[in-house]
This record gives sequence, structure tokens and C-alpha cells, in this order.
Amino acid sequence: MHVTAREPGPTRRKWISYLMGTSFVAAALSFLYPILRYLVPPETSEPSLSEFELDVKPADIAPNSGKIVPVGGKPVLLFRTASGELRALSAKCTHLDCTVQYRAERSDIWCACHNGTYDTRGVNVSGPPPRPLTPLDVNIRGDKIVLKRV
Amino acid sequence: MAKVQDWARDRLGLDQLAYLAQKKEVPVHGLTVFYYLGGMALFLFTVQVATGILLLLYYRPSSAEAFESVQYIMADVPFGWLIRSIHSWGANLFVGVVVLHLVSVFFLKAYRPPREATWITGAVLLFLTMGFGFSGYLLPWNTLSYFATKVGTDVPAQIPGIGHLLSRILRGGSDVTGATLSRFYGLHIAILPAITTVFLGIHLVLVQRHGMSVPPAIERKGKTPAMRFVPDFLMRDMVGWLIAVAVLAGLAAFWPWELGVKADPFAPAPAGIRPEWYFLWTFQGLKYLPAKIAGIPGETLGVLFLGGLALVFLLVPLLDRKRSRWWDIAAVAVLIGAGVLTVLSLLPMKGAS
Repeated sequence: MHVTAREPGPTRRKWISYLMGTSFVAAALSFLYPILRYLVPPETSEPSLSEFELDVKPADIAPNSGKIVPVGGKPVLLFRTASGELRALSAKCTHLDCTVQYRAERSDIWCACHNGTYDTRGVNVSGPPPRPLTPLDVNIRGDKIVLKRV
Repeated sequence: MAKVQDWARDRLGLDQLAYLAQKKEVPVHGLTVFYYLGGMALFLFTVQVATGILLLLYYRPSSAEAFESVQYIMADVPFGWLIRSIHSWGANLFVGVVVLHLVSVFFLKAYRPPREATWITGAVLLFLTMGFGFSGYLLPWNTLSYFATKVGTDVPAQIPGIGHLLSRILRGGSDVTGATLSRFYGLHIAILPAITTVFLGIHLVLVQRHGMSVPPAIERKGKTPAMRFVPDFLMRDMVGWLIAVAVLAGLAAFWPWELGVKADPFAPAPAGIRPEWYFLWTFQGLKYLPAKIAGIPGETLGVLFLGGLALVFLLVPLLDRKRSRWWDIAAVAVLIGAGVLTVLSLLPMKGAS
């Protein structure tokens, strides 16, 4: 008896393999999805205050000196210029996130990590920083310093 | 006793193992000395595993206790200073030996067919080693490692598109905090070791499968004499390992690894911030990159350049099919460039107070 070769095309076996394969992939994706989501930390819901009252008194900051203060969990550089003006800037270096400091010898703001400098208005002057530091408004209410997001 | 031996031999297939061990040979020629580097790297890796497990018994992975627990290991735990100093020194020696291993394999062209996969698994192991170094550096939670980690985890943020997500995943949040420490701890003691076990296993099986590569210049001279791996080469390997232990013990005893000052997220980065020596060249490069190059942020270009370099490095055996001299010249240029940047980073910082 002559047996003809079967026409290539969809067969029951192929169809079942296809179903098995896609089910396997679907199952794998459903296992992977929660793991990948788990790896990304949740956004911390910070209170979106626009005003921060500091524990620091205006008299604590001498002219031509600075201090890092925590504001909403982030470091802020509070400093007094040589001429006596109190200013506040975000202390996060715009280059790679190091914490900057007020440098009295040169009356400027300096990041020790990659030698970036800013002027006392927070404008990036030399080194790798690409952007100025974000300023905050400084208000004095009685004996308290209150910082405001601009 | 003989019965027990027979039982074990049948169940464990010891005869096949003995046969393989007898068959393994190491070619003997003027450059045989470079064959010791792989075994040395493997030995130093086991030292890291052993001392690392011991450190786990006292270390506490939280921003409140990490620094104090390392201080406790260094000051109070009997021989704690020894274990921790060997772990820290050993990590540095390990990276050094791995780099020498890699450089010698590159210039001896040991990656040519059929050993391409051995090179690629080796390159992955180098990346894993750097991951071990970077994650381990943070664990004592001192000022130096805190700011190095801030910088190091902000570098991937410069990748266009997915950068910020990547940085958040690494940090476990938008900033380097105790959450980062937990993550790096998990990475250092579980995730990286698991991945390393797989790649190291493949790497070692491939070395057994293909045997030692003979450099092309020596291969051309005809048949190379060989020595048996067991016991002749293994004995020599072990002499090297013994010397390594002596060097580690000496370094740990005379220069115990320092701990520094506890990290304070609300203190400015102090002068003299630096990463581990093998990252110094990238660190110094970041200082020289201008803020913008042709309108693109300098850091983004730098990170893309490093990524490209890593990819080329990973795929060397597939790209260098004609074995052009240009590969050697390019490699020497990269090594000299990295060397110069490293030296520059060790000079006192100009303009620093």
C-alpha cells in the first residue's frame, strides 16, 4: 500500500506544543512580574511641606560659615555670606549627588568628591557640575529660621 | 575499610574522576608561569568565601548597627581584626590577580577558538567581582564608602531613559540610606554568590574541557612538552597558595584594614573621597569630563563610553577573528590610559583645601 507523505501544516501535535509553549511563557511572565516590581522600591510619600522650621538659630551661623541641615530628609546647606546674608541651597551636588560644603577660605561652595565649585548664589562655577544648586528662601521669624521651597 | 572504599568508589564514580585527573596536563614552556594566575584567583576566591562567612556571624546589616558591629569585630571579637583584615586585603589581592589573569589571557591570545566561551564567562566573572567589591565597600557604613556609593549609584542614573529607575533599584529608594545597605548586603552575600557559582562552574568545566591554551608563538614551534596536573602542577599551585596565605596574614597583621568614621548623611563629603583603587580610573575620568559635550551631558557620554568598552571587552573573542595587532595596541592604550588616570587620582587634589 502506498503511503503519501503528510502535508506540512498545522497538526494536532504542533497545536498542542504551541499551547504548551505559550502557557509556559505566560506562567513564567506571571512569576517574573511580581519579582521585578518587588525590586523597584516604592516611592516614599514625603509630606509635601513647603515650609520647614529649623532647630538652628540665626545667631548660630557666623558670617562666612555654613552648616548642613536636614530638610524633609534631604541635606540643605545653610550658610551666611561674608557680608552677613543668610542663604540656603540644596546641598546635593548636581554632578553625582555628593554633599557640598561651604568653604570659608574662598567664600564659595565646594564638592569634595570631584572638585566641583559653586558661587554663593549656587551657580556652578568650575569642575564637573552641570547645573546650579536649587535655592531655598530663608525667612526669620523671631528666633527661628524658616526655609521655603521656591 | 576496603568495603567502604569500594562502596564509595562505585557510588561516587571516583574511578572516572581519577582518570580525568591523571589525563589533565599543563604545557611546559617559557610562559607557563601565567598558568598559575587562574588557580591563584580561585584560591583567593575561596579565602573570600571562608572569611566572608565568618564575618556574617557578627556583622549587622543596618545603618544603625553596621559600623558598630564592624568596630566590635575589629576591637572585641578574638581574631576579628585578622578575619576582617584578611577579607579586605584578600578582596584587593583577588581583584589584582583577576586583572593579571585577564591581561595575560588577552595577550597570550588564549581566547581564540575553541575557548571563546571561557573568555566570555571569565569576563562576566570580572564584572561580578567588581560588583562584589562595590557592594562590599559600603557594608562597614563609613563616610568614605557612603559617599563613594552615592557617586557610584548615581552614575547609572546618567544612562538615558532607564537610568533613574536603575539607580532607584540599586539604592532601594531615591537616596543612599539604610535601605541601600540592606540591598547591598543581600547582593554581596546571596545574589552575587549565586550567580558567581553558576558562571565559575561553567568557566572551570570549560577549562577542563579545552585544556590549557598554548600561545600561538610557542604553538608554531611544534609539539610542546607537558607536565601532569596531578600531582606535579598542583603541588606548585599549592606553594603559591601558601605564599598567598603568608602575604595575607602579613598584611593583616602589620596593616590591619582601617574602619574610618561612621557615615553621616547630613555631613558634607570630606576631602579625600575615593572609591577602591580599581575604580579610581573611572572616578578620575569623571572629574575631567566637562558638564556638556556638544550639548550632551558629559557624564552620560562617559557612562555610554564605559558601557561600550565593557561590551567590546566581553565580546573580544567574537570580534577579534582575524587576530589583528590593533587589538593589542588598543588594549595597551586602554591599560596606559587607566594607569595614568589612576596615578593622577592619587596626586593631591588641586584646589582642595
